[in-house]
Amino acid sequence: MAVIEIKNVAKRFGDYQALHDINLTIEDQEFMVLLGASGCGKSTLLRIICGLETASEGEVWIGGKRVDHLQPKDRGIAMVFQNYAVFPHLTVFENIGFGLRMQKMGNDEVKRRVERTAGLMHIEQLLDRYSGELSGGQRQRVAVARALAMEPDVILMDEPLSNLDALLRMEMRAELKGVLAESNTTAIYVTHDQVEAMSMADRISVMHEGKIVQAASPIEVYRNPAAEFVAGFIGNPPMNFLEATSHGGGKFSVAGHSFDGPDAANSNLQFAIRPEDMTLSEDGFPAVAKVVEPLGAHLLVTCELDGKLFRAILDSEMQVKPGQTLKLAPMPDRIRWFDPSTTLAVA
Amino acid sequence: MNPRLLPYILILPVTLFLCLFFLYPFVLVAQQAFSNGSGFTLTNFRDVTEHWKFPISLKNTFLLALAVVPIQLALSLLMATMVTKMKKGRDLILYIWTIPLGISDLAAGIIWLAIFEQSGFLNSMMGGLGLIDSPTNFLSYQSPVMVFVAIMLAEIWRATAIMLVILVAGIGLIPKEYYEAGEVFGATPWQRFLKITLPMLRPSLQTALVLRVILAFEVFAVVQALGGTLFPVLMGETYAYQFELLNGGAAAAIALIILAISITFTLIIMRALRVPKGATI
Amino acid sequence: MTAATTDVVDPGQDTRKAGRYVYITAVVLLCAWVLVPLYFLLINTLSSPEAVNSYPKSFIPEFDLGSLTFFAGFEGILTALKNSILVAALTMVMSILIGAPAGYALSRFEFRGKELFRLLILLTRAFPLPLLALPLAVMFIRTGIDDTVFGLALVHTTLAIPFAVLITFSLFSGIPIELEEAAWTLGCNRVTAFQKVILPLVLPGITASAIFAFVISWNEVFAAAVLTIENRTLTAFLLQNLDTSPLHLKFAGGFILVVPALIFIFAVRKYLFAMWGIANR
Repeated sequence: MAVIEIKNVAKRFGDYQALHDINLTIEDQEFMVLLGASGCGKSTLLRIICGLETASEGEVWIGGKRVDHLQPKDRGIAMVFQNYAVFPHLTVFENIGFGLRMQKMGNDEVKRRVERTAGLMHIEQLLDRYSGELSGGQRQRVAVARALAMEPDVILMDEPLSNLDALLRMEMRAELKGVLAESNTTAIYVTHDQVEAMSMADRISVMHEGKIVQAASPIEVYRNPAAEFVAGFIGNPPMNFLEATSHGGGKFSVAGHSFDGPDAANSNLQFAIRPEDMTLSEDGFPAVAKVVEPLGAHLLVTCELDGKLFRAILDSEMQVKPGQTLKLAPMPDRIRWFDPSTTLAVA
Repeated sequence: MNPRLLPYILILPVTLFLCLFFLYPFVLVAQQAFSNGSGFTLTNFRDVTEHWKFPISLKNTFLLALAVVPIQLALSLLMATMVTKMKKGRDLILYIWTIPLGISDLAAGIIWLAIFEQSGFLNSMMGGLGLIDSPTNFLSYQSPVMVFVAIMLAEIWRATAIMLVILVAGIGLIPKEYYEAGEVFGATPWQRFLKITLPMLRPSLQTALVLRVILAFEVFAVVQALGGTLFPVLMGETYAYQFELLNGGAAAAIALIILAISITFTLIIMRALRVPKGATI
Repeated sequence: MTAATTDVVDPGQDTRKAGRYVYITAVVLLCAWVLVPLYFLLINTLSSPEAVNSYPKSFIPEFDLGSLTFFAGFEGILTALKNSILVAALTMVMSILIGAPAGYALSRFEFRGKELFRLLILLTRAFPLPLLALPLAVMFIRTGIDDTVFGLALVHTTLAIPFAVLITFSLFSGIPIELEEAAWTLGCNRVTAFQKVILPLVLPGITASAIFAFVISWNEVFAAAVLTIENRTLTAFLLQNLDTSPLHLKFAGGFILVVPALIFIFAVRKYLFAMWGIANR
């Protein structure tokens, strides 16, 4: 059982505030992804949980025990590093067994555990090699096996797949998810890759400028972004935004069309719609196509509307030429509204 | 233990050591140079500079540095660029060229003595070729130019390696892409050397020159081995004051003069080769 | 390639070929420039004292151990040799023990005063350090370690420490901090992580910098000559007797000075460049 609780954690590097008052609870056996652009504080938060960094304020609890004064080795965690950190002077076997040996575990038990985790990661045949003889993907597997061999309560991963090429990354993504689900550990996974986050996470914490903007299931984060930042960060391409002028009583005009918005709002809002959530219809927005990108499965059209860029994802069979005017009608149940003064979602 | 203290604990031994054996002795040297037992005085400096040997040794030291350092700079640059182009045998050639790095100035002086002494290899060679009838004594007061040349050659032979090492390391830090970019934009090898290597090598050139110039003003054992008293230099005078004349104050005064010259040249070189902020690799 | 195109001669080929010859010739000449003087020293060392003092010289050694036997039998020389080894070994141990922790601190921590500390280290490199021997001589007499192997080793350690700090700094910097962090997450504390992960990885490099410290001490002349009277090192002994000792003694002594240096430079050749690469920054 290892619930992780992060209570009012803040971190300052000199004058720079890397983390502001972070509160987050990660349930037992949950797969939590910390997602954000570089410099958002996600790695710092992970390193504070791990104990490689000390928080300027706040507490970290793991499995009902306060750990923020403990060394990493006493926190019941294991970590997978971005650059793998496979010890070059040790064989794969000794790498995987390193933590076990530090616990003074008997030779037979070490051998049993190393072989089991190596089997899980499909690297049984590499146990005698040194890291210099391994490919990036193999090193990654060793790093994961080394963490799993500890049978930790919590496994922490800092962009573990970012140094692999695209195909390998996809393969490892699925494999890692399967192995971790079986191991019954709580996992925290840091990444800047939203596809990785969406596909692996039970829950995603989207981070921005040292704050958690939204912590929710992947589909919730995608469908109902809690803030403009999330809407503009998640999705490829992200949501389209248009100015919505309030006429009172929940009536808004957007690019010359009128819409029913949130009833309570009387000020101007931001109107947001995902590129794929539009149909072609005569009463839609008149958008002039600028760039047409056939992406195989569908067609990405970048248009100009109301003086701004506006993207639409259409069926790949569609014939669209630059300069053509498309009539794009947003699906009513997919429209989202944001308050520009707070940048938060308004229902 | 407080982790904030750890770095200080780790640097403490070096700091203490250097304070005791580096900073403190410097204070002592200064004290000794500026006092005659009863208080502040410039007598030591006056004594030293008014001695007839002082202008000669000052001139000799400068002349030697002036003759040696530019040649070494050119030679080490040449060697460094030659090595970077090398594919086969690079390690062996580099090893051979850096051998003198491990050789003391005294040994270097002795090695060149084997060549220039009266029954040495230079005379033997010239005799063998029939150029001379009998061996000449190159290292005598009658041929000051030959003494100078011998010392110069020994110095170039001995101390080019240290510059070579620094420059090779520096060239290794310059990303290859810049050369490829230079080549794409039509720069000739010579232009690439002038416009890419030299400017990017500035930090290394700075280190190499500072180190080399300081060592040039400290030249001592090579001169002792080859010229003895025929070619007085500043460091030799310090030694002579300390041991033959047993005048510690005067020795300290010359030491400070050497120090002042070293610092001046260090500052000049650092200034001349400074890298603008943000223009580093 | 077809028959038609073989007739077309690349006009650049000849000049390129010529350039290649010039290049190879230059490399060979520069190697000879380094090696030939060493060869001359070897001839003199492996010749009988009579041959060393005779004219003209043979250009092949006669493999006579007369000079070396004379050297070994010369009064005081074996003690001097022993002193040289002792001082160099002490210097080696002290400079690594004192310098390596600081190198580690520089590579792993950001701390207040780090720049000042680096400046102190660089300053020591920019100053004519042997001059420190003068006041230290006085200080050593007061503390009773004058004319001892230990006292001289202290001065040589001061010479070697900046290098020890800078080399170990570059060694530790070359080891990704993630390796250490990984060890911490796998059950190590700072000490065991250092033992199990960092130490095995830096050990070859530490050995190299230790050897470098040995060579610095082994070669040092001025401080050795100033600080020792009875317990002379080999360099000091040879310098002291330059005027009076016979040629064959000088050459054999020079040879004994050169040999370990040659071996040591060979042992550390890989690290020479890495260390200067970082030290330049």
